[in-house]
Amino acid sequence: MTGYIGNSVKRVEDQRFLTGKGRYTDDIVLPNMTHACIVRSPYAHARLRSVDVDAACAHPGVVAVFTGQNMRGDGINSLPAGWQIGDDMKEPPHYPLAVDKVRHVGDGVAVVIAESRTAARDAAELVAVDYEPLPAVVDAAEALQDGAPRVHDDTSDNLAFHWELGDKAATDAALAGAHHVTTYEFVNQRLIPNAIEPRSAIGDYNGATDNLTLYTSSQNPHLIRLLLCAFVTGLPEHKVRVVSPDVGGGFGSKIFHYPEEVICAWATRKVGRPVKWTAERSESFMTDAQGRDHITKAEMGFDADGKLVALRVDTTANMGAYLSTFAPAVPTYLYGTLLAGQYTTPNIYVHVNGVFTNTVPVDALRGAGRPEAAYLVERTMSLAAQEMGMDPAELRRKNMIPADQFPYQTPVALQYDSGNYEAALDKALAMVDYPALRRQQQQARAEGRFLGIGFSSYIEACGIAPSRVVGALGARAGLYDSGMIRVHPTGKVEVFTGVHSHGQGHETTFAQLVAHHLQIPMEDVEVVHGDTSRIPFGMGTYGSRSLAVGGSALYKAMQKVLDKARKFAAHTLEAAEEDLEYTNGRFTVKGTDRSVGFGDVALTAYIPHDYPEDMEPGLEFNAFYDPANFTYPFGTHISVVEVDPGTGLVEILRYVAVDDVGNVINPMIVDGQVHGGIAHGIGQALFEGAVYDEDGQLLTGTYMDYTMPRAEDFPMFEVDRTVTPCPHNPLGAKGAGEAGTIAATACVANAVCDALAPLGVRDIRMPMTPERVWRAINTAPGGGDGLMHGNGHPG
Amino acid sequence: MTQTIHLTVNGAAREAVVEPRMLLVDVLRQTLGLTGTHVGCDTSQCGACTVHVDGVSVKACTMFAVQADGGAVTTVEGLAANGQLHPLQTAFREEHGLQCGFCTPGILMAAADLLNRTPNPSEAEIRHALEGNYCRCTGYHNIVKAIQHAAKEMHSMSMEPMPTGAMTEG
Repeated sequence: MTGYIGNSVKRVEDQRFLTGKGRYTDDIVLPNMTHACIVRSPYAHARLRSVDVDAACAHPGVVAVFTGQNMRGDGINSLPAGWQIGDDMKEPPHYPLAVDKVRHVGDGVAVVIAESRTAARDAAELVAVDYEPLPAVVDAAEALQDGAPRVHDDTSDNLAFHWELGDKAATDAALAGAHHVTTYEFVNQRLIPNAIEPRSAIGDYNGATDNLTLYTSSQNPHLIRLLLCAFVTGLPEHKVRVVSPDVGGGFGSKIFHYPEEVICAWATRKVGRPVKWTAERSESFMTDAQGRDHITKAEMGFDADGKLVALRVDTTANMGAYLSTFAPAVPTYLYGTLLAGQYTTPNIYVHVNGVFTNTVPVDALRGAGRPEAAYLVERTMSLAAQEMGMDPAELRRKNMIPADQFPYQTPVALQYDSGNYEAALDKALAMVDYPALRRQQQQARAEGRFLGIGFSSYIEACGIAPSRVVGALGARAGLYDSGMIRVHPTGKVEVFTGVHSHGQGHETTFAQLVAHHLQIPMEDVEVVHGDTSRIPFGMGTYGSRSLAVGGSALYKAMQKVLDKARKFAAHTLEAAEEDLEYTNGRFTVKGTDRSVGFGDVALTAYIPHDYPEDMEPGLEFNAFYDPANFTYPFGTHISVVEVDPGTGLVEILRYVAVDDVGNVINPMIVDGQVHGGIAHGIGQALFEGAVYDEDGQLLTGTYMDYTMPRAEDFPMFEVDRTVTPCPHNPLGAKGAGEAGTIAATACVANAVCDALAPLGVRDIRMPMTPERVWRAINTAPGGGDGLMHGNGHPG
Repeated sequence: MTQTIHLTVNGAAREAVVEPRMLLVDVLRQTLGLTGTHVGCDTSQCGACTVHVDGVSVKACTMFAVQADGGAVTTVEGLAANGQLHPLQTAFREEHGLQCGFCTPGILMAAADLLNRTPNPSEAEIRHALEGNYCRCTGYHNIVKAIQHAAKEMHSMSMEPMPTGAMTEG
């Protein structure tokens, strides 16, 4: 019964997923249900002159067709942005269906509601939209230039916000006086999240009770209910239930409040029947919030010994056509504050412009700002090592914050609570036998082969977030969470958590946590998540927060349960509370064999014939937990790659990860999160990238054109851990969901460039596709003709 | 314009009235209520819709329902037999070969097909056999381990290749 924590307990949720009994939103069928198909703009930028729905309405099977004007006419408001960045952030409206203009390919214009999916799709083609195409702007830097097409008419230009952090004067001076400055100008390319489950929503209005249920594939149902009710529709919050059933992956893309949620919630009231919408994949491509898309110049200054003296960063961040829910925070507070990395850089200054363009909105994607920061710091460090003729591991070690310097106040607002960066670095170096690896590389070079070793010593800030702190920084929501423990009369326990598992295994790990502390069997614990009518307000799962924040809330609730249980037990045993010890699920009077079990205490609480005078019956408590700080996972990843000069193909020979995520509840699940995170990060380095043409057409609009990694692209990963518990939450947990992604992109990018360094290749634009690698080799100072006929090693 | 097709699905005789343009995956999910087979894309890349038709793995999104007329279809719901999980299912649980579960039915069916053809595959063969499937959660690491685990189990059980219509609930 005890000993659940730290064990790789097999997952509870697997039973239904493995037998095809998962319940994802599109699996849900309601009586009398209709199907919605959304008419979307094929233009990136156009005035909406008219939308003629007559032909569509007349199509067999069509129940109704609605436009943006219909929704506005009913008082439906704009989707809100959840962070205010700077005093003059522009927030032009974002209506669920466009009213006057469409601003990206895929922007919704009308919705057809029909008896079947096919009828809806057929009728959608009959909606006659009169567009007046306008010039589009796609690149964020171009969008800031004079004369660029203006995405929003009611703003003077395309600058959504600007932001800065750090001491500019001190940083400028330190850079000017630096012995060596490495300058790196690069693009952190736009990514498309592509969770394998497309987004889906069902609006189900009950006219008799005036209650609305919205099923949605969301990572945070409570937040959706709040935004839907308070900001967009005005529906009373207590009459709306939002249910996120099984969700097939999110990676951030299912955090945001999307137009389709509003459309389904509104349309069901209009037609008096359930309305279901499920994205087709090519629709997901043009509507799911996309990620990254920064244009950056980084300047890193060192003294003569290779110690960092300054980092200056200028970033232009593409926001897309509208500000999505989290979007303004991603290239600012979740990015600029991580630019110290693991290092003692004394002077840092960052300036960011957030820019509107005629592309799909950009928002948080696995790591959300921290991968962008880690890529910048870790790629520049490796470049600097190369330029200064230093070993990249030693340059990092020289600059790492020593283990005895915590808590460590960085020059970019964050105070790191705990860490031992050198220990993780040393562990990773030992795992690869670094000296032997460099000898192997020398040997390979002598044979004309291109072996590369890449490092990434990352830090991240997650477990979001302390509400007062983020509120002061412009967040419009608190980032606490809820945990409720309901003990039933027979001693069985239901756990209600405000976070929402979409692959992370909370039904297992939270049951482990509760069973461990309440000292009852795991089979007696059921974890409930994803239903606003059952669960106190919580903020959902993202930002590697579920255990650190959600789990801590549960811990607090458990303490309340155990305190009351102890009082009841003391009464039953006619002993003082302090004379009781609780072991193996029983309260025992010390030094005697008189005891009462948890189950009996529960029964006493619910059949309260004999219980303390000053207490109430029942045994059920909720707790809200607002973290005191972010948490700071860290680690070092090392990758070994071989590049085939004849084809430009990069083969990953080894990938080693040492991560410190604090205390671990279920090692198997944490490792799984690290594997998946690494896959995402490597995806960015070698495979993925959203491409728009100059007219704003999304060229990478399906899986045919947007490459994601497959099983053959990876080796087995080698993962290990150091454990530095988080000092400020009761679980000592830091969060593990994003760490792999944050580390991996720079790790592999560094390895590829290390492989090609002898040829004089300095950098390759991501994704480092075979073509780009091949071109880099053949245009490099040390490459060219000799390699075009070269002994292309199969690798 | 519809027609009636007859299929054996997971061992049970079923019939459905379909339009010619209807995909097999839509018949399974919508008409027959077997929502274990998933739709993850619209270009036949993701493999979440993988089922077996007449003993061979097929992407149900790239097959018209009428093409399956008269055939035997096995979906993930038909993997377990007589209330017992298939070794692949137990192996995936043992090895944490799934996270969100959405790609899992397709991966299980692709893996079952692999093990039918190659009972003792190497790591490279496993990874290659998954070339038609995407997983966004696991990085494939534990999926490969799970398939290796299942292969070993099935070898030691001397399992016959999976029949085309397992006797279980339809």
